[in-house]
Amino acid sequence: MALIQRIPLNPKVDFLGRRKICLVFSGCLIAVSLALFAIQGLNLGVDFRGGILIEVETKEPADLSALRRRLGGLGLGQVTLQEFGAANDILINVERQDGDEKQQIKAIEAVKAELGGLVAEYRRVEFVGPKVGGELKQAGLIATVLALLGIGLYIWFRFEWQFAAAALTALIHDVVSTIGFFALTQIEFNLATLAAVLTIAGYSINDTVVIFDRVRETLRKYKKLPMLELLNLALNATLSRTVLTSVTTLIALVCLFLFGGQVIRGFSAGLIWGIVIGTYSSIGLAVPLLSFMNLRGMTGGEEASDPSEAAGESA
Amino acid sequence: MVQFPRWQLILVLAVLAIGLVFAAPNLLKRETAEALPGWIPSQQVNLGLDLQGGSYLLLEVDLDFVYREQLDNLVDGIRGELRKAALGYTNLGVEGSAATFDLRDSGDASSLDRARQIVRDLAGDLLIEVSETGRFRISFSPQARDERGRNVVEQSIEIVRRRIDETGTREPSIQRQGDERILVQLPGVGDPERIKKLLGQTAKLTFRFVHETAIPGADRVPPGSEELPSEERDGAGGSRSYIVKKRVMVSGENLTDAAATFQDNQPVVRFTFDTLGSKRFCDASRQNVGKLFAIVLDRKVISAPVLREAICGGTGIISGQFTVQETQDLALLLRAGALPAPLTILEERSVGPGLGADSIAAGKIASLLGLVLVIIFMAAIYGLFGAMANVALLVNLVLILAALSGLQATLTLPGIAGIVLTIGMAVDANVLVFERIREETRNGRGPVTAIDAGYRRAMTTIIDSNLTTLIAALLLLVFGTGPVRGFAITLSLGLITSMFTAIMLTRLLIVTWLRRKRPQTLAI
Repeated sequence: MALIQRIPLNPKVDFLGRRKICLVFSGCLIAVSLALFAIQGLNLGVDFRGGILIEVETKEPADLSALRRRLGGLGLGQVTLQEFGAANDILINVERQDGDEKQQIKAIEAVKAELGGLVAEYRRVEFVGPKVGGELKQAGLIATVLALLGIGLYIWFRFEWQFAAAALTALIHDVVSTIGFFALTQIEFNLATLAAVLTIAGYSINDTVVIFDRVRETLRKYKKLPMLELLNLALNATLSRTVLTSVTTLIALVCLFLFGGQVIRGFSAGLIWGIVIGTYSSIGLAVPLLSFMNLRGMTGGEEASDPSEAAGESA
Repeated sequence: MVQFPRWQLILVLAVLAIGLVFAAPNLLKRETAEALPGWIPSQQVNLGLDLQGGSYLLLEVDLDFVYREQLDNLVDGIRGELRKAALGYTNLGVEGSAATFDLRDSGDASSLDRARQIVRDLAGDLLIEVSETGRFRISFSPQARDERGRNVVEQSIEIVRRRIDETGTREPSIQRQGDERILVQLPGVGDPERIKKLLGQTAKLTFRFVHETAIPGADRVPPGSEELPSEERDGAGGSRSYIVKKRVMVSGENLTDAAATFQDNQPVVRFTFDTLGSKRFCDASRQNVGKLFAIVLDRKVISAPVLREAICGGTGIISGQFTVQETQDLALLLRAGALPAPLTILEERSVGPGLGADSIAAGKIASLLGLVLVIIFMAAIYGLFGAMANVALLVNLVLILAALSGLQATLTLPGIAGIVLTIGMAVDANVLVFERIREETRNGRGPVTAIDAGYRRAMTTIIDSNLTTLIAALLLLVFGTGPVRGFAITLSLGLITSMFTAIMLTRLLIVTWLRRKRPQTLAI
């Protein structure tokens, strides 16, 4: 027998009763995220800040402090070393060199010459010159703004403005708090993590749209129901779907985080956070925001409800 | 929604069949797949450099250098022609993007006209301005500049290709990107230092005479000559330099072959001139026996031997302070030819074969485990309906694989992440439908009407929610670069295939089941 039959079919959680707590929580989350972003900033990867990242597998477990001294003595400015998943796998970050691209290439050569015989394999070398770094930053910003705009336009086109405003607020909330997450954890923020942020935007809006669809439908069906009760009804009707989809997505992402390898661990972490916060924001922010707007005014005469359906639903 | 018209059935089966055919080659070994007859789709998923290991280099052609050189040549041309015509001038030089000079006899109309005519004949597409004081300002028209730039980039691509081919790299991809960039992708090259070094030199080789009397460091450099550093050390340990004439006796363009070899146990490069080079070198050497001539590579004197006799055999040897590797690289560079302008490496991303293999293995584990867990979860929650959703999920993966192979899109590590994310999100459409069916059943509808209503009502929601995500994914595809695009490709494909499988395939399964079993109640 399917498990679902044991899950209550008709949950009656009073989400809207807690809307003030949720709004305060979301407000704090945004404030903290912005503060973290302002104070700590993001740990930008080479994609955006320019510079050099080298991952090497050494023949024997590396003596990090000795290596740090040797590479630090090359006069390349700040060089940071860290173990990357294993004792003989080290990640070397060299700050962007003054001057043009040639200086950066020389720095790679200098590091490689210094490492010399210690190396079993250069697993990864990423170098982004100042010119391309600037371009990537710009392209990333454009992609983000356009994606948000595109989603916003679509929502506006499909729903009334009140819905669009609430959905976009929730969306921005998710994006800002995800950036806060990256500022807090100092997980490297690179092109891939930017893609993660945009995916979160997509997922979060997906979730919100499903719930809003139901709110709209419920609005047409129950003309007299008090607004808070009506929103609660819509949230509860979609609750099991919200939970189920979040769970399957999280299952897949946790697998990716645990077994997908070091290179995309930060990316998976960002996605996991985003799915959780995106699910929360649809319920805890987008719908409560709707409750402060006059929804009945605009849908009242728009479409006649189907009385037979309403009758069937009234149990 | 519970009717399944014949065309829909055919569509579903056709998509399934096409999907299987295009995905199937991935099960074969690469060699087996390539040996298939041409009419069978045999393309496998194209692995990105981050998965198969390899290097990605973004180069920029230094067009400023080209324009500067173009102007310098113009100035030289003007100098020569004005002298020949015995017209006096002062302040000849480059100013911004133009060559300028003051004509001495600026009051004389015929001198002005002659000078103007001389300059005009030097090259096509010149813009000439003459002020009232007789100041000439000559610049290239934008079209002439652009055309020169285009040619230089094209020549550079050709030379880059030749140099890389000479190193024996398999299947390199060398493409123009934008106006002045060249994208080089080298599958299987995890440590591209040698190639970077080879591409970092223009390798302009010239043979010229050393000035007979001027002493480097002491005398003023005479006009028509320049002081160039050399590899040789002087007595004090500093590097020695030579004063070399600017006039080129023979240049690297006149070489037909070059090879690394040994002479007196020293690594050297032996070269062969073409007929023209051979004749020029023969003539010049015959007239200048006893003098020093310099072999200059990229504004550095490699060696400056004494001409002991006329050299007319058409071959010669470049010796210097070389290692074996250096002679091999120099020979390679000479064979491939000089770059018309310096190249700058703007961006490098190299992945060693070890990391690539690790990433593939990790991606496989993560996606298989995610898949199995999601399948178990769906079956546990929805029972039979869950099983049908799982069939759709598996087909979904086959379709993604087929689309990746058929479109020859590149699968990258973030792309694998996109697939894993799709596994989790693909069931969403089915969940939406199932939840609706459950609700309708609870409201007292029979199986057929419940399923019909469930699909009808979930449809707009499915389309709305997937389209919004698709908008984000497509924008990533358009504006993203490298890794981001790989992610956007699989995510977009996954969204499209999951909509298709949820709306068509699962529905087909449910409708078929409904017809066969004619259940009185729905166990959902």
